[in-house]
Amino acid sequence: MKNGIAIVFAAVVALGASWCGLVLAPTLQLGGAKLTTVLNSPDTYPLQRTGEASLGLQIYRANGCAACHTEQVRQDGIQAELMLTALGNYQPEDFKAFTESLFVQQALEPVTNALAINLKGWNGSLPFVFLTTSDKEIADKINQSINVPGVKSELRIVATGADLARGWGPRRSVAADYLYDQPVQLGRLRAGPDLANIGVRQPDANWQLLHLYAPKAVVPNSTMPSFKYLFAVRKIGAALAPEALKLNAEFAPAAGYEVVPTAAAKELVAYLLSLRANVPLYEAPFTPVTTKP
Amino acid sequence: MNPNENTFVACGSSKIDASLRVPLLALFGGAAVWLIVGLVLGLIAGIKFHAPEFLSTIPMLTYGRVAPAANDAVLYGFCIPAGLGVMLWVLARLSQMPLVLPMVPVVAANLWNIGVLIGTGGILIGESTGHPWLEYPRAAAVILFAAFLLIAVSAAGTFGWRRERALYPSHWFLFAALLWFPWIYSTASLLLNTVWLPRGVVQPVIGWWFANNLVFVWLALVGIGTAFYFLPKISGKPLAGSGYALFAFLTLVFFGAWCGIPASAPVPAWLPTASAFAALLTIIPILAIAIITIKTVFGSGVSCQGGPFCFIKFGVVCFVLSGLMYVASACPQSSRVLEFTWFGFAQTQLQLLGFFALIIFGAAYEILPKIMGGALPFPKLAKLHFFLTAGGVLLFVIPLAIAGVEQGKALMNPAIAFADANGVTLKFLRISTTGQLLILLGALLFALNIFVMTMKWQLALVKSLIAAVKAPLPEATAQRDQEVKV
Ligand code: HEC
Repeated sequence: MKNGIAIVFAAVVALGASWCGLVLAPTLQLGGAKLTTVLNSPDTYPLQRTGEASLGLQIYRANGCAACHTEQVRQDGIQAELMLTALGNYQPEDFKAFTESLFVQQALEPVTNALAINLKGWNGSLPFVFLTTSDKEIADKINQSINVPGVKSELRIVATGADLARGWGPRRSVAADYLYDQPVQLGRLRAGPDLANIGVRQPDANWQLLHLYAPKAVVPNSTMPSFKYLFAVRKIGAALAPEALKLNAEFAPAAGYEVVPTAAAKELVAYLLSLRANVPLYEAPFTPVTTKP
Repeated sequence: MNPNENTFVACGSSKIDASLRVPLLALFGGAAVWLIVGLVLGLIAGIKFHAPEFLSTIPMLTYGRVAPAANDAVLYGFCIPAGLGVMLWVLARLSQMPLVLPMVPVVAANLWNIGVLIGTGGILIGESTGHPWLEYPRAAAVILFAAFLLIAVSAAGTFGWRRERALYPSHWFLFAALLWFPWIYSTASLLLNTVWLPRGVVQPVIGWWFANNLVFVWLALVGIGTAFYFLPKISGKPLAGSGYALFAFLTLVFFGAWCGIPASAPVPAWLPTASAFAALLTIIPILAIAIITIKTVFGSGVSCQGGPFCFIKFGVVCFVLSGLMYVASACPQSSRVLEFTWFGFAQTQLQLLGFFALIIFGAAYEILPKIMGGALPFPKLAKLHFFLTAGGVLLFVIPLAIAGVEQGKALMNPAIAFADANGVTLKFLRISTTGQLLILLGALLFALNIFVMTMKWQLALVKSLIAAVKAPLPEATAQRDQEVKV
């Protein structure tokens, strides 16, 4: 029997420890989380959702969109990128020669090869990303060396990884992104694309409505089920309602009928458009795109 | 296991078994129905990947509702009550004590079924909480919690009044399971299913902790506790090395309880790091359990031919496989590829339908003839059930796991369009749907055996009741005799 008590005690300690570690500690550490500030900006993040978008989160939850969609972007790391944006009175050849003259510096050794290759393949157009490196110090050094009047270059921080390369976001998702979500819908399967930034990627509410009503109407090979039950098909009144979906023949209702979104569909779309995790934060830095490379 | 048990079981085992008849029929009967419901819902969800428009106009049957309802019906509807039934029987047998308060588990079983019904209905009408494995709305959670406590009271009572003082490895596992569920379920429900919802990512962290401790640890405790009772029983050898078993138990509860936070989770880095480390260490109990099982079973000379022994052995094999898959999806490197793919789904299905369900089927086929005092009505179908389920699980899970790896590799390469990465999974999903169908057929056979057995018993009960009513009462006969005389 002594044995038995020892075993029960061990089980209590085992579960109690994990309870303290994975329930209590995160609640204490993160439960009081406050707004963070956007990097290099006085703005706070995240923004509170509008009432309609908050209701939309409940439609998202109720219909289990998270069974197929994640709201979480991952990244592999961050890199420094040097982008030449202006040459002033200089010619591309001058820039090449000048940069090559820097190669003698011992400190630049790790990147000279990459630099040489990039410069060789350059046809002189601007803006031009002439170096991508994980070593921010070297990038800084080069950036300062080429600081000649007229020549403008930008040192940019970019996050890298497959999710980001797919255009699912400019940086990884962090805890702050979910501060106002009740419930948080991270998802665990990507049968559909990640939606953490769908509001940036597809900001057109009409597209979103069409897609929900008939995914194949906008993405021909879509395997997403339609959510027709979030819409009402009704007889056209005096005139076509302004909010009626503009469907092509294949998906249009019978003649004399129109498809209008219900309140739930509109709320859901408001929520989707509010999914924008695209500002740089201290814990997930990147340089927002101002000049398109 | 106690090698003497069989000898002195003879005196009281029929009484013990009789005390468990009604509670176990209630628990197993409900479980069999929910298993079928869960598998049918799962099949509907699976078909939607071949034909996205299948039943898509019915809000209750949209993929995002059917899929979690299916998972929960299998876990809450089948695994937990059936596991509790087996647990009650094992504890009563090991205690040499008829079940204490046998009506309590009967009430609890009915309550439990009401809870699962409300929960499943809740998900289907859109009242899910949105937290994986904790989708059931509040009312259902309260009922399930109360029902579990009732069964725990009966189990603890039986143990408290026990006649046999010795403790066995099965005891440790089953008692830990009795402790585990109320703790994790109340914590998770109070935090995620009430108005005190914590802010932001604390929710998924608690959700992961809960899901891991239920789907991985709780099922392992009950399933392995059961296997460690039946394997030595059937093979007629004691459990190999009870020191090993203690080691396996302790490492399982200490390391297993810390798993669950995915490597890429958007939370402070120490959380996923701790979880990944724990997952790596969880290989130790998994291997220890494999070794104990091999040592116990090997050379027993008992052939199984689709009988309970087969079910339980195959169940342990599935446990080891699903455990290793779990560890693989928790390691930072491999999780990069496997996360967010079908691989994780394959792993949980293997855990639920391969490991746990098979062990429970085997145990039920072993227990039912004992508590009913007669053979199974269709023993051949029980054997067929084994081959259908074992084959079905392999067909269901292996293609999904491969699909997950392929999908993960394709998603890692941004040059492959998302639709194409998705496309590689479709042909695998097709095969896995066939597997689901086989598992469902097997579950129907399981239910058939249980319900015919129950009906026969009820019929016999009614017959004896009628016989008792028809039989002339002694005084009445005496009176009639007097009347005749007068
Ligand atoms: C059965 C799985 C499934 C479910 C459930 C599902 N989706 Fe999708 N979703 C997909 C697939 C597959 C795609 C990619 C094809 C496409 O764009 O239609 C997609 C694409 C999308 C897109 C476009 C993404 C992009 O990058 O263009 C949005 C927005 C979207 N889904 C929203 C939703 C919402 C909102 C719900 C819940 C009401 C939902 N989805 C439920 C599978 C699903």
